[in-house]
This record gives sequence, C-alpha cells and structure tokens, in this order.
Amino acid sequence: MEQTHHRRRKALNACMQGFTCLCAFLVVAPLCLVFYHVLKSGIGSLNWAFFTQLPKPVGEMGGGMANAIVGTFELLGLAALLGVPVGVLGGIFLSEYGSVRLNWAIRLGADVLNGVPSIIWGMVVYALVVVPLKRFSALAGGIVLGTIMIPLIMRTTEEVLRLVPNGYREAALALGIPQWRTVLQIVVRTALKGIVTGVLLALARVAGETAPLLFTAFGNRYWNHHLSDPIAALPLQIFNYAISPYEDWHRQAWAGALVLLFFVAAVNVGVRVLTRDKFAQSR
Amino acid sequence: MLMTADQEQGRLPGPGITPKPAAPREKAATDPGTSLPAVSTRDLSIFFDDHQVLKRVSLDVPARSVTAIIGPSGCGKSTFLRAINRMHDLVPSARIEGQIRLFGEDIHGAHVEPVQVRRRVGMVFQKSNPFPTMSIADNVTVGLRLNGLRKRSLLAQRMEQALVMAALFEEVKDRLNAPAVSLSGGQQQRLCIARALAVQPEVLLMDEPASALDPLATAKIEDLILELKKDYTIVIVTHNMQQAARISEDTAFFYLGELIEFGSTSKLFTSPSKKQTEDYVTGRFG
Amino acid sequence: MTHFEQELADLKNTLLTMASHAESAVRQAVEAVVSRDYDLAMRVRNADVVIDRFEIDVDETAIRLLAKAPLAGDLRLIAVTMKISQNLERVGDEATKIAKRARDLSQEPPLKLAVAIPQLAELALQMLHTSLDAFVNQDALAARALIPQDKQVDALNKDIQRLLADQMISDAETVTRCLHLMVVAKSLERIADHAKNVAEEVVYLCEAQDIRHAGKAAKTASLPGKGSQEP
Repeated sequence: MEQTHHRRRKALNACMQGFTCLCAFLVVAPLCLVFYHVLKSGIGSLNWAFFTQLPKPVGEMGGGMANAIVGTFELLGLAALLGVPVGVLGGIFLSEYGSVRLNWAIRLGADVLNGVPSIIWGMVVYALVVVPLKRFSALAGGIVLGTIMIPLIMRTTEEVLRLVPNGYREAALALGIPQWRTVLQIVVRTALKGIVTGVLLALARVAGETAPLLFTAFGNRYWNHHLSDPIAALPLQIFNYAISPYEDWHRQAWAGALVLLFFVAAVNVGVRVLTRDKFAQSR
Repeated sequence: MLMTADQEQGRLPGPGITPKPAAPREKAATDPGTSLPAVSTRDLSIFFDDHQVLKRVSLDVPARSVTAIIGPSGCGKSTFLRAINRMHDLVPSARIEGQIRLFGEDIHGAHVEPVQVRRRVGMVFQKSNPFPTMSIADNVTVGLRLNGLRKRSLLAQRMEQALVMAALFEEVKDRLNAPAVSLSGGQQQRLCIARALAVQPEVLLMDEPASALDPLATAKIEDLILELKKDYTIVIVTHNMQQAARISEDTAFFYLGELIEFGSTSKLFTSPSKKQTEDYVTGRFG
Repeated sequence: MTHFEQELADLKNTLLTMASHAESAVRQAVEAVVSRDYDLAMRVRNADVVIDRFEIDVDETAIRLLAKAPLAGDLRLIAVTMKISQNLERVGDEATKIAKRARDLSQEPPLKLAVAIPQLAELALQMLHTSLDAFVNQDALAARALIPQDKQVDALNKDIQRLLADQMISDAETVTRCLHLMVVAKSLERIADHAKNVAEEVVYLCEAQDIRHAGKAAKTASLPGKGSQEP
C-alpha cells in the first residue's frame, strides 16, 4: 500500500518538475528565437559602411544608417535632459516629501501615464510642439521620449529611495544636517546605483519607441544639424525600410534591428553586472 | 538664538581647541558642578493623533552624568528621548505640550530651529547605522562636512579626536578609508558614537545602544559611556536594568507614559520608593 | 510564582530550618546545665555540625542567586539572609560552648547558689525567637522594639558575673564551677547580641535603613581623614 503511495508521489513530483521546466523553457524560447532570427538576418549586412554612411537615394544599393544611429543617441540625450531631472526630482518628492493623500494621487497619475500607449504621447507632442513650430524636429522627438520617461523614472526612483532604511535619515537628521542635505547627500547618494539603474533601463526602453517618433522626429535621410530639424532614429528607419518594397532596404532594416536589439540587451546586462558587485560587500 | 554665528557656519565654537580627547568646550554658561540641569522638562505631554504617549512628565537631567531611563515596552521612554532633540518634528501626527529646556533654553522657542537643537544634542540609535557609501573617516566627519566645515586639517583633527573618544581609533587607524560597513557590529556602533561626538554636542542621547551587541561589545560600550560622562551629559534608554545599575548615576522609571519614579540609581535599585518600581525592577510585573 | 521567587522562598525556608536548629540547640544546652544532663550536653555538641553545614548551604545558594543579579527587595533579602545565617551559626557555636560547660559541670558536684542563668537564658531565647519571627513576618517594628532589650540582657549578665566572682572569692572550692557558669552566662549574653544583629538586619530588609552601630556613631565625632568630597 505504501509502495503505491510512494510511487505515485514520485510520479507526481516528476510531473510537476517537468511541467515547470517546460514553462521556463517557453519563456526563454521566444527570446532565443528573436535573438537568433535577428542575428541570422542582420549579421550579414553589418559592415563598416552600415555604421558610417548615410542612406543612399532610392534605387541605389548600399549606404548605411549612420545618421539613424547617431540620431537615436541624440534623441536619447535630449530625452534624458528632460526626463531624468524631472523624473528623479519627482521621485524624490514622492519618497521624501509631500503628504499621504497628495502622493497617492501623484503615484496614481504616474502609473496611469506609464500605461498610456506611446502613440498617444506622440500625438500630444505633435499638437503641442510640432504644430506651433510648423515643423517636425529633434526637439519634439526628444520631448516626447522624455515625457514617456518621466513617470517611469519617477516611480523607479521612488521605489529605490523607499528601500533606503529610515535609520540613515534619522542618523543624518540627528547630526543636525538639514533635511534637504540629508535627502540629497545621504539618501540619494545611498540609492544612487538604483536610481542610475532606473534611468538606464528607462532609456533602453524608450530607445525602441517608434510610434511617437512618427509624429515628432519624423525621420531624416541626412544628418541633422539643428534641433528644429527632423532627425533620423533607428526605430523609424527600420520601420521605413521594412515597409518598403526594396530587398536591399529590408536587409538594412534587419541590420538596424540587430543594432537596436544589441543596444537594449547591452544596457540591461550591463546594469545587472554593475549593480551586482556592491551587494557582495554586506556582512 | 541658541547658536553663535560661528557655530551656524559649522566652524569651531571658540578658539584654542586642543587635540586632547577631553577638549574643553566654550559654549553656553554650563560649568561643571552647577545645579543647572542639562535637560529639564515640565509637564511634557506628547500625542500621536489622539493617542497620548507621554503624560505630563517633569524631569531634570543633571549635567555631566549618566541618566538611565527604564520601563517596559511601550512606556514612552523612546518617545521621551526623541523629544529632547526634536525628532518628533519629522512626524506630522505628533503634538507636543509642555516645556523642554536645554541648559535653561526652551528648545521649542520662537526662533529656535530643530537643526540648531540637534547640533547640541546628539543621538545614537539601537541599530548601528553608519552610512554605507562612505568610508570610516567620512562617516565620522559627515556631520561637520554637511554643515559646511571644509578645512581639511580641522576635519582630520576632529575625526581623530572623535575616534579616540569613542575608543575606536587604535582599531581603525590603519584603515580609515575602508568602508564603514566592513567593521564589526560593536565597532560600527562605536563609529556611530564617534560620528555623534565629532559634532561636539553637549548632550548625548542613546536609545538602547548595546541591545544588538554581544556581551563583550556591550561591555566596551558601557566602559566608553563611563569615560564620556566626564565631558558629556548622557541620557540612555535601556531595557537592561543591570546595565542601568552599572553605568548611571540617576534612573527614571516610566510606565504607560508616566514618570513613576526618578532618583539616584543606587537607591532606585536597592530600595525604590514606589511599589510599581519595585515590582518592575524585581521582574514581578503583572 | 516565578522560578526565582520559588528559589527565594526556598532560601528563606532553609534559613528558618537552620534557625529552629539553633534555637533548640540553645534551649537544650541550657537544659543540660540546669538538669546536669551529660548525654544531652554531648548530643548538643555533636549536633553543631548540622548548623555549620546549614551556613555553608545558605551561603552557596545565596551566591548562586546573587549571580542572577536581583535588585531592590530581592537583593536586600539575599544579603540579609547571608548575614543572618552567619549570626545563627555563631549562636550554634555558643550553644556548643554552653553544652561543653554543662558536660563539665555535670561531672562536678552541684553548686549551691541561686544563679539567674535560667532567666538570662529565657531572655536571650525570647529575643532570638522574636527576631526570627520578625524576619518571617517582615515586621520592622517588632525588630526595632527588640533592640533596646539587649541592654537588659547585658545588665543581667553583669549581675551574674559579679555574683559568681564574689562566690569565687569567698569559697575557693567553687572556683572551677563558677568559672564554668561565668562562661555560660557570657555565651547567653552573646546569643542575645546575635539576636539583636538579626533584628538590625530585619530592619534593613524592610526599610532599607542600616541601623547598625547607631550607638557608636553617636559617640564618635566626625571621622578624621575623610577630606573633601567630589562635588
């Protein structure tokens, strides 16, 4: 009798193990598939020309996405200029200041905004920036990406600041250090790694946003020289090439996708590697 | 105003600070041996929303001695301690009635900033909390640096003084730039004491400073307190009555927010006046 | 009752058992003197070892309990218990002394002299008994009332000593027997002193007041060499 029970239990255990293994695999599999496919399709088109040349006119072979790569970084820079200060300071406010009611409302607003489809952001910035200026611009692109980043950074900053034990705040205040100094030079400094992580992850996320850029940055086949001019960006370029009828452009789109994917992966992995070291310090 | 202009800018309170551990301080008119109590409360009551945690506590803490505060959990001893350096200002629901005087000056006076009070009244917490991103040296001087003191030589001098006073200098003098979190628990707590002492307070508040430490580390902290009381007024909250008996001159017994008895330690622990005190001290609390 | 309270109660009981042994030793020793009972005297002498053993037990237990760092009333109780056990052990020794003299007296012809030894014994025993009752009942008033009675005992002892001295002078034959009786009276006076000590300890236990040497302090002027105190 006991033998049967025992065998049944072992069988059940093996089933559960197998099932959970399968689920884990099903999670990792799409990631591997994507990587493999993009790598396979894009690696062939990655060459020096891809990184250094502008797109060639329609019909001509060759050319590259140099302006799109640079443009993406430029947009990320502009976005960071807007998103990082506002987001971090907003996160500091939520964590260290404010009242319970007010902060609850702000948090709710931020969470809602995080869920707003990015294309709507694009349309809003189109109406507010592109129309008055009567042109698509890098500025508008930076603004839209920045505003998408704001609630994201605000929430991650707040979460990280909340993790700082209250003991540090109390100790600093008990030394007679004013509150603003305590917040900046003790609390934020302690949480700095986490805040930077949050910022980098937010940047990695908006790096791939395509829809909002359609209405704002618009794309550019040449170098961008002024903030008030349209600017190329990797996702935009990939989109435009992908829906085109040209084989050559398709190959370049895959290459662009590979570069973008690599960038996002690198940031994520890099962030994890950098934050891992410090945790090994604790006794 | 509680502070001189020099103090406000974080500089020395006066000329001629020597590197000796027992550096004479030239602050307000507090000579050793005068009867002016270091901390004096009158009818102090503290409420959190509508809940009254302290009920009309009137107490005089003598200067340059150790005063222990004992009582069961929830009796208000930590609340009382934190009122002395205005830590309750950070709690929106806290309301304070009654008076607290620091060497005769009202700490809730019209022009008194909490920051000024906290520079004269230092605090050491139950769980040692050296700042993790800073080295040992930086931890000690953080109170001075973040209040504007920049001169390197002065910072170094104050740091060494403070570490010597906290009986930690010998153990860490070769690794002052090591991270503060690399120290043992007892050493970290002494580091926190050094950090508090570097600001040269007049009163040192200690909230169960040794309760998280092993007996050896505890003994070191107690010995340190016995040294420090020559220069500082120390108020220590402890749930360990034998500790109070070992290190304090006077003891206050709190129960349910009220001050039940306050008197010399030797008397309170050998023949207390109130039955409640006797019951608590002999462990017969029902 | 907590474990510690139980241990304190046990300590008290041990002390009281020791006390009853001491009391009966004195009583029996005096009886041996009065009734010239050799065997009784020897029994009392041999039983002293029990009282000695008690003192060691009480002290060991007390030290063990002190290591638990008691405070206030508990602390005073243990300290007082140690003191009282020491006094009781000495009472036992005095009883032994009396018993030894009883043994010697029983070997000699009886002395034809009315000596107030039984009265002295009664006073001393009553003081001892009252002091121990005061300890049991934690009655400081009764203890305080006891203390002046020691003077009575001292006075009676002096009378007895004088009487016996006169007897020795008038009749040289009675010297040995008188000397024995003088020792007996002196021992009884010492027993009364120990009873007074117990009473003083009881006052300390109940009131936390140290009333020992009160008479001496009144006679002494300010002690030399105290110097200036620390403020």
